[in-house]
Amino acid sequence: MKLEGKRNIWKDYQKEIANDNYFYVRSCIRQNFFPGSEQTFLKILRTELNKDVYENPNHTTCSGIGYHSDVVPFETLQTIVARQFALMTEAGYKNLAVSCITSFGIYNEVIETWKEFPKELEKIRAFLKKATGREFEVPENVAHASDIIYKFREDIFAKSKLALVNKNTGKPLRIVEHIGCHYSKMFPSKGVGGAEFPHVLVGMIESWGGEVIDYPERRHCCGFGFRQYLVMSNRGYSVSNSRKKFESMEPYKPDAILCNCPGCPMFLDRWQYVIEEMEGKTYGENGHGIPVLTYEELAGLVLGYNPWDMGIQMHQTNVEPLLDKMGVCYDPKLKYAGKNGKLIGNPAMTGYTCE
Amino acid sequence: MKHIVVIGGGIAGIEVACELTDAGHWVTIIEKESNIGGKLNNWSYLFPDFTPAEKIRESLQEKCEQKDFSILRETKIQSLERKNGKFEIQTSVNQQLNADAIVLATGYELFDAQRKEEYGYKIYDHVITSADLEKLLLPDGNLTTVTGEHPKRIAFVHCVGSRDEKSGNHYCSKVCCVTGVKQAIELKKRLPDVEIFCFYMDLRMYGKHFEELYRDAQEKYDIQFIRGRLSEASEKIDKSLLIKAEDTLSGRPLKMNVDLLVLLIGMEVGKGTAEAASACLLQCEDSGFLKTVDSFLKSNQSNSDGIFLAGSCTAPMSINDTILHARSAASEVNKWLKLMN
Amino acid sequence: MKNFGFTVIKQRTIDYDQFDGRLLNEILENEPSFKVCLSCGGCTATCSAGDLVSFNIRRMNLMLRRGETSELENEIQKCMLCGKCQLVCPRGINLRNVIMLIKKNVVKYKSLSK
Repeated sequence: MKLEGKRNIWKDYQKEIANDNYFYVRSCIRQNFFPGSEQTFLKILRTELNKDVYENPNHTTCSGIGYHSDVVPFETLQTIVARQFALMTEAGYKNLAVSCITSFGIYNEVIETWKEFPKELEKIRAFLKKATGREFEVPENVAHASDIIYKFREDIFAKSKLALVNKNTGKPLRIVEHIGCHYSKMFPSKGVGGAEFPHVLVGMIESWGGEVIDYPERRHCCGFGFRQYLVMSNRGYSVSNSRKKFESMEPYKPDAILCNCPGCPMFLDRWQYVIEEMEGKTYGENGHGIPVLTYEELAGLVLGYNPWDMGIQMHQTNVEPLLDKMGVCYDPKLKYAGKNGKLIGNPAMTGYTCE
Repeated sequence: MKHIVVIGGGIAGIEVACELTDAGHWVTIIEKESNIGGKLNNWSYLFPDFTPAEKIRESLQEKCEQKDFSILRETKIQSLERKNGKFEIQTSVNQQLNADAIVLATGYELFDAQRKEEYGYKIYDHVITSADLEKLLLPDGNLTTVTGEHPKRIAFVHCVGSRDEKSGNHYCSKVCCVTGVKQAIELKKRLPDVEIFCFYMDLRMYGKHFEELYRDAQEKYDIQFIRGRLSEASEKIDKSLLIKAEDTLSGRPLKMNVDLLVLLIGMEVGKGTAEAASACLLQCEDSGFLKTVDSFLKSNQSNSDGIFLAGSCTAPMSINDTILHARSAASEVNKWLKLMN
Repeated sequence: MKNFGFTVIKQRTIDYDQFDGRLLNEILENEPSFKVCLSCGGCTATCSAGDLVSFNIRRMNLMLRRGETSELENEIQKCMLCGKCQLVCPRGINLRNVIMLIKKNVVKYKSLSK
């Protein structure tokens, strides 16, 4: 693998990422799957980087999952998106920061549609006015939250307490990066590094001292794919696609998998448990799974945040092997403690070797 | 004596210059490089009969020495104006040339395989282009890969940068099919134990002896042909490549491990031709290649009276076709100059 | 019917004269880019469904053009609409629209032919 060739491609796909004053829109599903991640993002931006991030509690789903599952028509989707933009315009913001990859794809798809078909934009302006009385401007800058962490990755490292280095061996941790499909596969120019060799997570891993694993099925989807999961009888598609990736990355002995999408860490995490239960196969060291992290969680660990405060106990594939390698200080007894320090009970069901 | 300026000192330019000198005209070639020969310098052996490219290069060299025409090297055309039925040319080195007729023989460029990002050219260690391979096919060429061993299985990908909307090139580059077959045979001669697979969409064996070469590849060299276009290549932990295609004739997806992947890159009009065309106000086809008045009787005439076209600046072309096209350009120039008198 | 221990064998030739082009024409009219398929198979090579089940998006074109529409209805259900085929297509065919048009129209023409 020649890094020079990748650098050439990365040069071609550099995008404008706003520097400050973000209007933050949340993901529908992340708050259930990885409840601490978005909070960690806000904490990093506001307290570590002194950025202004505005949230409006009235913002809604972008309805992307409904759209991709054929239950929300395109006009409805556009009008919902227009309403988010109206909230942003009313608050005086111009830079959209998007937590979710599906939403990021949706916002780009809608904005590009309006560029190509200006009449569509006029129609949606009329729809929104009629439905809510609101008016809106199209954002000047649309960044995915991982773009913003990417942009400030060196500033984050300057404040770091830990690097992505195995404290026992002194060697860089070897990390698989997995990019959500809708980050750049629809619009390669909207993602840092493009679609074939995205740089957004690679940049974070390398700046924080880790080593990136490029394995044959790196580009492949995590398996979520909306209709592959939403209909139960289709879930075989989903788990089989995830397995294809695990089999392909296994020989590289990754220390962790890093994701920038709501669905990917969910499925790469949970399906490891399912495969273990269904086939008795695990992909990490000593019968463990491979820990799967969101980029906010990884940034938080690098900054020395308490993993339990970031909700890392919500992972089904336990993250402790990675925490130990990094040298993260944590109290195993407090893993299932609530905010007030009182134990709230261990989960009823855990995988037997994923622990 | 009439003065004709030929732009481009490749095969077409030199051929046309020789013919016009023989016909009694004064000819000046403008060549942007320091060497003549153009893209012929990339190739070692020529299809369909493995003629050493050196032989053609030597003959060009000889002609340049024997014939009385001049070559301005490291020079490009800057602008062109028509004055009193003649052409006034400014060059990039501030020379002024006056000419009675112009021949554009600016040739083509090879497709930049890095644009097909999914094949990982210049990223994966074992992905090379047909032009890279050609240099390795010389007797002293080193065919070991970065692992220090001879490849055991090699795949060729046809139509890289040709017949591909995603590369912006709809046309067929015409010569890559037979180049792939030729190179596969040469590899098999050098490395008899290697397995070779060609992934193709259509095999266009249009020229004399081409089909026979294809048959030889199957019959004598056990080269295998799979009808399917590669969707992607990726590198494995041992640096070998995992490639994916559909075997369209069996109707199933297929994956395969290879330790060398050769991309048969196509032809594009290139910057040299585009710049010369814009200096001379010439029209281009959708493909970017230069427009000829028609495809039959006026295939050497540009849209501008007195400016003629020779060789692969008009369309992808093999070396033998280029020589013929250049000769016919010379004959058209002659005819036109006589009419002008 | 009497059973003599053998059957009258049905011809398996594609009978082009029996070809019902209505479904094909409806799709081509609404998505003309589908006309330019090269049958290169790039779509099937990258298909996330075809890797796991016998789904072959390239063959949809042939099935339509040979009137094998009875199988089509079941086949098309296997698509997961991930869109990778469209990314790889060297002819830039809007395959997502093709799939949606087949889904919509295959049912319509089935009820018409009854």
